[in-house]
Amino acid sequence: MAESNTNPILINNLQKSYGAVRAVRGVSFEVQEGEIFGLIGPDGAGKTTIIRIVVSLLAADSGEVLFKGRSVGEHIQFVRTNVGYMPQRFSLYQDLTVRENLDFFGDLFKVPLDVQRQRREELYAFSKLGPFENRRAGQLSGGMKQKLALSCMLMHEPDVILLDEPTYGVDPVSRSEFWDILKKLAERGTTILVTTAYMDEAHLCDRVGLMFDGQLLALDTPSALLKQFDKPLFLVESSRPHETYTALKNADFKGEYNLFGNGVHISAGKDFSRNKLIKLLEENRIEYKSIRPVQPGLEDLFLELQRTAAS
Amino acid sequence: MTENNYAVTAENLTRKFGSFTAVDKVSFAVKKGEVFGFLGANGAGKTTTIRMLCGLLQPTSGQATVAGYNVYTQYEQIKMNIGYMSQRFSLYEDLTVRENIEFYAGVYGLKRKQIKQKTEELLTYLKLWDQADMLTVSLPLGWKQRMALSTALLHDPDIIFLDEPTSGVDPDSRRNFWLLIYELADKGKTVFVTTHFMDEAEYCHRLSIMRDGKIVELDEPQRLKQKYHADTMQEVFLNVVNEGGSDK
Repeated sequence: MAESNTNPILINNLQKSYGAVRAVRGVSFEVQEGEIFGLIGPDGAGKTTIIRIVVSLLAADSGEVLFKGRSVGEHIQFVRTNVGYMPQRFSLYQDLTVRENLDFFGDLFKVPLDVQRQRREELYAFSKLGPFENRRAGQLSGGMKQKLALSCMLMHEPDVILLDEPTYGVDPVSRSEFWDILKKLAERGTTILVTTAYMDEAHLCDRVGLMFDGQLLALDTPSALLKQFDKPLFLVESSRPHETYTALKNADFKGEYNLFGNGVHISAGKDFSRNKLIKLLEENRIEYKSIRPVQPGLEDLFLELQRTAAS
Repeated sequence: MTENNYAVTAENLTRKFGSFTAVDKVSFAVKKGEVFGFLGANGAGKTTTIRMLCGLLQPTSGQATVAGYNVYTQYEQIKMNIGYMSQRFSLYEDLTVRENIEFYAGVYGLKRKQIKQKTEELLTYLKLWDQADMLTVSLPLGWKQRMALSTALLHDPDIIFLDEPTSGVDPDSRRNFWLLIYELADKGKTVFVTTHFMDEAEYCHRLSIMRDGKIVELDEPQRLKQKYHADTMQEVFLNVVNEGGSDK
């Protein structure tokens, strides 16, 4: 039935264990054509396992995985020639130059030389790597290495690409440049499945799956996800946020409270209010500098879902 | 002497590699008990600075002290007074939890009796008695991280260097980790942190931002946000680092 599905990637009730460790526990989602789909979650959530199963490097225990409508397990050759895959630790040839790395991957995928030349120029324009053409890959900065790895993968122009934590350990400026490239690719119709542990990258995706402990906690557009957190949230600022946090813990407060920068985010159901919060703080003699309502972020939602899943 | 109030001082600290100046006349002072954030783009000079402070690399010029010791001449004393934890955790995954603790205690030169005592203390503190004889590889990442921090503290250093300590750790474990850091700061330990998580940068008492080998901002997170009219440190960071983008 699902074989007729035309979405580039379909995953239905996927399960995978490594011995006693249940890495993926019944995950289902589809990636639609031309969208950026982000799997967001900490290390060990199961993101890499899912990616490796989709690109046919790992076999699922059970469940259905379709790539362009074909079952991955039965069409390994088809998947490998049509997918673009950037693994977590990309094996660039450190002793080869930028240019030599691109040529190598072009040859590997049997891209004709004149087409290679044209793509190389396009990729230089995208990645701004042109001026560094003759630099050895090993001498590039972390952000530039990631851009080169992406470029190498794009030499055979796959229209579906999977990137496993491409911005890991990359500074915020290089990360934002990298995402600009992904946006441009998506605008040209490339379908992108990307994983990250950075919550702040979620809003750059069209749709997001929040992963924890082998499960998908939530799946939607970033703005729809934030609406799931539909209760008042306050930031209580104090000069010693960790003491405010500990005081709430000692007071056995039943709501949600989490450290956030110079304060603590506090919520307690839909009818929680500023007055109730002030009462709570004063009754427990908890010092604070200011209280203000704040818009919840994805991290607030993740913390809530994570604890619900764990209990 | 005023220097006694400071855990780390640097004055015009410089390091050149050939014609390339990786760290260019950097000056700052970190107070005892302070949680000090050290930010910058990849290649801005953070790692080179930290390596000089840890006594792993000689400066080309300038002065620096760590725990009151001179980085040029007293690097052995510096090493005994600092703890270092990196994102790679450097735990031996095929040793048990207990063996890892004993190993590091040995490396730091603790006596047999102290090793036994410290190991028991740590297992209690980390609530890892049930896992003491399990292989470290089987621990969840958040626990490994707490354990890595604890082993870096076995020799009771005054200053702790944390190099991207929470990369990839879930939001809840990250917060528990920061509660530990505050606990250490309250005990008078100085914590020197590098991170690419800008929300995490806001947990620091003060932040410095490096660009092209220089420290271009150094202040409390709140004041930096005010200065750049930004809601988040992410915005501040992009602003600060991009300002210098044209001269590259």
